[in-house]
Amino acid sequence: MRERSYVVWLLLIALLLLLVINPLARLLWASFEHPETGAFTLANYVAAYGRWRHVEALVNSLEIGLAVAVLCTLFGVPMAWAVSRTDMPAKGLVWGAVLGTFIMPNYLGAVAWILMAGPNAGWLNRAYTALTGAETGPFNVYSKAGLVLVIACYSFPYMFVFTRSALDLISSEMEDAASTLGAGALRTTLRVTLPLALPAILGAFIVEFLEALALFGTPALIALPARFQVMTTMLWQMFEFPPQVQVAAAYSMPLLLVTVFLFWLQYRIIARKGYAALTGKGGERRLVRLGPWRWPLLGYCLLVTSLSFFLPILAVLQAAFARAWGRGFSWDNVTIRNLRFVLLEQTSTRSATINTFVYAAAASVIALVLALAIAYIVARRLVPLGRALTYVAMAPFVIPGIVLAIGFYAAYTARPLMLYGTAWILILAFATRFLPIAYTNSDAALRSVDPELEEAARILGAGRLLSLRRIVAPLLRRGLAGAFILVFIPATRELSSAIFLYTTGTQVLSVLLFDKSDEGNFEVLASMGLILVMVTVALVAVGFRMVGRDFLLRRTAT
Amino acid sequence: MSRLVLSSVSRRFGGVTVVDRVNLTLQAGEFVSLLGPSGCGKTTTLRMVAGFLEPSEGTIEMDGRRLSAPGSTVPPEKRNMSMIFQSYAIWPNMTVAENVAFGLQVRRMPKDEIRAKVRRILDVVQMGHLEGRYPQELSGGQQQRVALARAIVVQPTVLLLDEPLSNLDAHLREEMRYEIRRLHDEFQITTIYVTHDQAEAMVTSDRIAVMNQGRIEQVDAPRALYARPRTRFVAGFIGRTNLLSGLVRGDDVVFDHFTIGRGRFPDPAALQGPVTFSLRPQAIHLHRQSPAASAHVCVIPGVVAQRAYLGEHWDYTVRPAGSALVLRVTARPHEVFEVDEKVWLELDPRQMALLEPE
Repeated sequence: MRERSYVVWLLLIALLLLLVINPLARLLWASFEHPETGAFTLANYVAAYGRWRHVEALVNSLEIGLAVAVLCTLFGVPMAWAVSRTDMPAKGLVWGAVLGTFIMPNYLGAVAWILMAGPNAGWLNRAYTALTGAETGPFNVYSKAGLVLVIACYSFPYMFVFTRSALDLISSEMEDAASTLGAGALRTTLRVTLPLALPAILGAFIVEFLEALALFGTPALIALPARFQVMTTMLWQMFEFPPQVQVAAAYSMPLLLVTVFLFWLQYRIIARKGYAALTGKGGERRLVRLGPWRWPLLGYCLLVTSLSFFLPILAVLQAAFARAWGRGFSWDNVTIRNLRFVLLEQTSTRSATINTFVYAAAASVIALVLALAIAYIVARRLVPLGRALTYVAMAPFVIPGIVLAIGFYAAYTARPLMLYGTAWILILAFATRFLPIAYTNSDAALRSVDPELEEAARILGAGRLLSLRRIVAPLLRRGLAGAFILVFIPATRELSSAIFLYTTGTQVLSVLLFDKSDEGNFEVLASMGLILVMVTVALVAVGFRMVGRDFLLRRTAT
Repeated sequence: MSRLVLSSVSRRFGGVTVVDRVNLTLQAGEFVSLLGPSGCGKTTTLRMVAGFLEPSEGTIEMDGRRLSAPGSTVPPEKRNMSMIFQSYAIWPNMTVAENVAFGLQVRRMPKDEIRAKVRRILDVVQMGHLEGRYPQELSGGQQQRVALARAIVVQPTVLLLDEPLSNLDAHLREEMRYEIRRLHDEFQITTIYVTHDQAEAMVTSDRIAVMNQGRIEQVDAPRALYARPRTRFVAGFIGRTNLLSGLVRGDDVVFDHFTIGRGRFPDPAALQGPVTFSLRPQAIHLHRQSPAASAHVCVIPGVVAQRAYLGEHWDYTVRPAGSALVLRVTARPHEVFEVDEKVWLELDPRQMALLEPE
């Protein structure tokens, strides 16, 4: 059944391959390629792993990833249980704070933590010395412990969301069954409720580990001044002039393989039978009565969210509106000069602001159109082996941003497609990176439209493309608006791939914020971060109105 | 008006044959139902006629023009057909009038003409007063009427209906059956109607094609189908029935503990060896006293085993004397017999339909 629209599908599939497969193939190829002669060689791997400091960075990454995952579990699971299953007060506040945490870009969180726990000048240290009269404060964010804490603060929302959705599905009847057999509330929770949520928690543990492993912004802001390296910062240094693309490619291979393997493992864990028991009808749910224990639990939730959200946002706001942040909270220290400077006066920040939103919008549109087309091709079985396209579209989900960027660099700095130096390489890299989000949402939106609606148009004489335009597209509009926001938000703040692909003139806010961090001008850094956060908040508000309250966390996390 | 011919059409999904060598010819203006249980291949057949699916084998032709064949299928939009879907598929982003106008717009008809046609057809389906409504504001029955109007207004060569009433409640379903037939009488569009509900098929159709496991078992007018089912499946699927197995021996057909003379059947020559008949419960009568036997009547003694009163009639289960056979008999409300009562069964061999051997 060849149709005229067939050409359109083939072109879109070609674009998909160009965005996902080509960079990966070039990355693999580059890792075996001699930098000058182009001959096959293993020398890159020797160069990548032959040095102790390279291996040490790998070990650091693994250590930190593990510590982050453990800390996220300690943060996220009790909070998820408290919000989902108990009568703890002020749940809305806790939930809002978790959402706020999620909205903060991780590198802005790192900046906030530098303001809070920088040696000597940090707010926490100042508070400590003021209270105890000691010479110096005990906190130093420039340490491995500091790095772990900051990363965990901005990745525990995944643990929270995964665990909470699992707990939300466990019916009280399961718990009642244990209670009728004589188990107390504590025993029931530990022996029945939490084990039922365990696959979700394990899955989230893996996600947290990978998240920490692939992160670039926070480690770069904290580990480099603290004089240690992790994999991602090491990869970045390999790109210092002259860029050693081949060595970087070789160095990133284990990261890629570990990520792919662990995501597969996570998928298997979630897909196991025990978890399926949760997906049935929820049944009636009642809340666990905590009695006096409500207050300590709330205290714990507020402590965690203070570390991740309340204190950092306060520090950011103070710095953004301060003449000099070190002078503290007083009216004569308040100014809007910083914001004016960032938005209007300085050309580099002004153009970076514009770039950020233009690139993110373009990337979101490309990702959505492509994702929608691929989802449609797969759903309607328009080409043989369509299912394979799903895997291709979802593949960027398991590729660390930094690895994807190196792949893009390897693929598009040379003819025939010389994109490096243009805005397109950033736009396409963003589109690729967030294609999986676009795909899952497009697929879901498409599934919500009964194919019969389209068939009704076909049988009345409209061709496939006309049916799509007149019937399917208008019906998808609402769902896709939500998807657009979900792609747009991470695209505005993306750092790890942008840092490898920008050139003068194509800087975005995240890159500029990172570049400016060595200057120590925290007032300007905080202002730039604040702009990102405010735009995100506005978009999330729009998303809430259109798609519903839980849309952000639920749909990006799964 | 048009003649639609399906020749030896098969469709496989993977290794499974869902439609198996279906032959069917529709005369111009004829209304034919595809009737069968779910999974019998009726919807697949319909979707092949519509052009949504390509046959694995066989051809579909319309007035001699080939529409479907393996490897070359005219797409649905080029067939000038219409279809009513199980979900009605009324577009929720358009009003009633816009829904109905869509097919005419695609055909690039002038605006005035479209408006006039839409108004006329909406009046026909009694929806004229709701033309500005959106589908969400309509009841199921009203949506169904919009779907009918939308399908008919383009004057299709063939109208296809895929279980159009299955989402309506029982009362509306009955009303819409007659509505569909009324519209057919008015517009005389060649129609294929897919359903699993025999009453729907009976009310609407000129002929019914009973499908089972991908094949058409029998195509006949409703009365003929009921009175003379040719296969065990058709006999069981259309209405309730009794199956009587016997053996032809000389001039007699021997059943379990009773015999009927071969000559009393309508076509004695066809009776050979083991035979099975279908006998409707309404075709058996119960008596307290033995009625006079005649050329058309056989009388067998029996005992009432079970009974149920259903208001409109009695359902009896009767066991012929000495026989392991159990016969279901439908009797009028005043024909009251007790359980274990001895009765006489009166049956007419002319109403016994000979079934094809399995």
